[in-house]
Amino acid sequence: MRSALLRCSRRRASALIPNTVVPAAHVARALPVRRMATATAEVPQNKKTVPFTADRYPNLERDSRYKQLDAEDVAYFKSVISSPAGVITADNPEELDSFNEDWMRKYKGRSTLVLRPKTSAEVSAILRYCNEKSLAVVPQGGNTGLVGGSIPVHDEIVLSTQLLNQIRHFDEVSGILTAEAGCVLEVLDNWLAEKGYMMPLDLGAKGSCQIGGNVAANAGGLRLLRYGSLHGTVLSLEVVLADGTIMELGKPLRKDNTGYDLKQLFIGSEGTLGLITSVSILTPRRSKAVNVAVLGVESFEAVQETFKRAKGDLSEILSAFEFFDRQSFNLVLRHVQGAREPFDTQTPFYVLIETSGSNKDHDDEKLATFLESVLGDEVVADGVLAQDSTQAAAFWRMREGIPEACQTEGGNYKYDLSVPVPQLYSIVEKMREKLGSGGQYKEDGSGPVKNIIGFGHMGDGNLHLNITTSGYSEQLDKAIEPYVYEIVEENAGSISAEHGLGLMKAPYLSYSKSNEMIESMKRIKNVFDPKGILNPYKYFPTSK
Amino acid sequence: MSLRVLVPIKRVVDYAVKIRVANGKVDTANAKHSMNPFDEIAIEEAVRLKDKKHAKEVIALSIGAAKSQDVLRTALAMGADRAVHVEIKDGEEVQPLQVAKLIKAVAEKEQPNLVLLGKQAIDDDSSQTGQMLAGLLNWPQATFASKVEVQGEKVTVTREVDGGLETVSAPLPAVITADLRLNEPRFATLPNIMKAKKKPLQKLTPEELKVSIQQTIETIKVEEPAKRVGGAKVADVDELISKLRAEGVI
Repeated sequence: MRSALLRCSRRRASALIPNTVVPAAHVARALPVRRMATATAEVPQNKKTVPFTADRYPNLERDSRYKQLDAEDVAYFKSVISSPAGVITADNPEELDSFNEDWMRKYKGRSTLVLRPKTSAEVSAILRYCNEKSLAVVPQGGNTGLVGGSIPVHDEIVLSTQLLNQIRHFDEVSGILTAEAGCVLEVLDNWLAEKGYMMPLDLGAKGSCQIGGNVAANAGGLRLLRYGSLHGTVLSLEVVLADGTIMELGKPLRKDNTGYDLKQLFIGSEGTLGLITSVSILTPRRSKAVNVAVLGVESFEAVQETFKRAKGDLSEILSAFEFFDRQSFNLVLRHVQGAREPFDTQTPFYVLIETSGSNKDHDDEKLATFLESVLGDEVVADGVLAQDSTQAAAFWRMREGIPEACQTEGGNYKYDLSVPVPQLYSIVEKMREKLGSGGQYKEDGSGPVKNIIGFGHMGDGNLHLNITTSGYSEQLDKAIEPYVYEIVEENAGSISAEHGLGLMKAPYLSYSKSNEMIESMKRIKNVFDPKGILNPYKYFPTSK
Repeated sequence: MSLRVLVPIKRVVDYAVKIRVANGKVDTANAKHSMNPFDEIAIEEAVRLKDKKHAKEVIALSIGAAKSQDVLRTALAMGADRAVHVEIKDGEEVQPLQVAKLIKAVAEKEQPNLVLLGKQAIDDDSSQTGQMLAGLLNWPQATFASKVEVQGEKVTVTREVDGGLETVSAPLPAVITADLRLNEPRFATLPNIMKAKKKPLQKLTPEELKVSIQQTIETIKVEEPAKRVGGAKVADVDELISKLRAEGVI
């Protein structure tokens, strides 16, 4: 619920951003939206219109292999979908828009049809038909993606998992949960809390994102350090292939060494191989004792030293080790309600540490020893330890509020990079140098680039580089990309740690994967989706 | 005038924890506990009085089981100078009247000029201790404070009342209970948490204070609130009216 509220405030905040220049071709389309906007008092008149993705990237032409949707197709879908609210057409433009646009208001498609099946059988009937008729489909979960992966580029049919939201089974002994793709992560986590269990993953978008989408995007998040990636926790999947075949990939067992582990291919496949309809996942016991501390640190070297000592002193109870720089925190102080300085000292870096265990006294003692050692040896300059759950939540807001604060600034270029820990922060510094010498980023804030900030999951070597700007432009695109991917490649990193490829990163796949690997990926895609109807224009670099 | 401020604080089930009832009692065994949020505000206000040189000493007092020392350490880390723990045996309970009597006994020993405490504890929501304490001590009281100003031997308190604010003043010594908007408590910093471990914590028992903690109120029943029943949609006003009639509401 908490995150659901955040989503609302995020949307409201973005509506307040001054109108950016809209290309003349869009004005006609934008007008009706504005007229609607003026009808209600709360919405500012100059509500920003999201440019169509296809216009922003003219090289992404519509593939003529795909059939144009007609009335006959819509009639067929209406006949196979049981829910009366399961088919959304152009008769309902506002609702359609919410599936055509992403929450960052960066990508926008021209789909005229959203389908919301309630069962795997309905999904199967839909895909079988689409495959026969060569209708392109884009699967969509909670629409919380950051790379435009679940937004149509042209007129693809949106296949939403929203109504596939039943919990199928839970084994209280093994902790294995089987839930349909559309179950919201936080709903599952709260449901498990009643039984003393928890989801092995947690991320800022938990109030909106869905487990199917999490698996399709191979989401990482805040608990990965402790519970590992979805490649380990997901035990089996039910998927529907492009031709409508319903397939069980494995069984909900911890151990199963029989043949190729096909489910691993679907984890992180971003809807290009099939639609995930159900997920079996191993859930850990919920920790009885949780502690949260925020530490102020003077240098990135000291952040690394703190991390080394945390692993040594806290070992099995360490459940999160996040870092953010002062620039990130400045944005939080400016935009996140209730945020305040945790202590008098201001430091260039901050670290958030969470411990989770079964015995509070044991954890408290370990944590006290660790904190005394890092403070005593002046590895950290200052720090605060949450004394109750309210404070713990306030500390998490300092870290989790960063993406939301960035969004409020205007344009927001987001990069989710995997880099060896020692080089992690150098990427941010290099970006500041590059855009500083290029004249886009000025100390006094007069340039188009306002902030270049770094934060992320230190424990996993995952940097979130965010560049906030006064708006999006081609010049800025070119100043940042592909330079950012080049420095990641130089440092033996990956251009996507947990956000996926989607539309945004597809052209740069070769910075992280060899040509041979990309060719193999294409062959695999061809096996599962020979007609290429699933999530086209994304994931793979377009062959020129 | 430099004041000595006594701040009674209570260890309660954490604000964020969902309260459960087991065996006819609130299940506290496995629940996370922390300082009553209103008492945290009282501690913060006392420490601010010290920061502003109105107070020379802040004493935190907690009455409860051995674990109450956790919240006393938090109070010390926030800036209290020393702590007093009146230990109640596990399984025994104290009610507002006994608590007020125990605080009075400690106040007679410590001779504070001001007792500052939360307006209520979030576990039993009684909101009685401060008022009864003022009565027992025969001191003036200013409850539900959203602003506290000390001038010499007088204190001026802005109170949150229905429909607005009321400003009252009283000579010291006095009892003040803190409301939510009085201040925003600071976080306990690591250097201060460490210093707190070395600050004095005195242990007392009700017997030593010569106060009987025999209960005067009998709890008859504890039960969870009724589960919310799902609503129903009606097609039109007529249907609504007929349903309300059927329910006997109109």
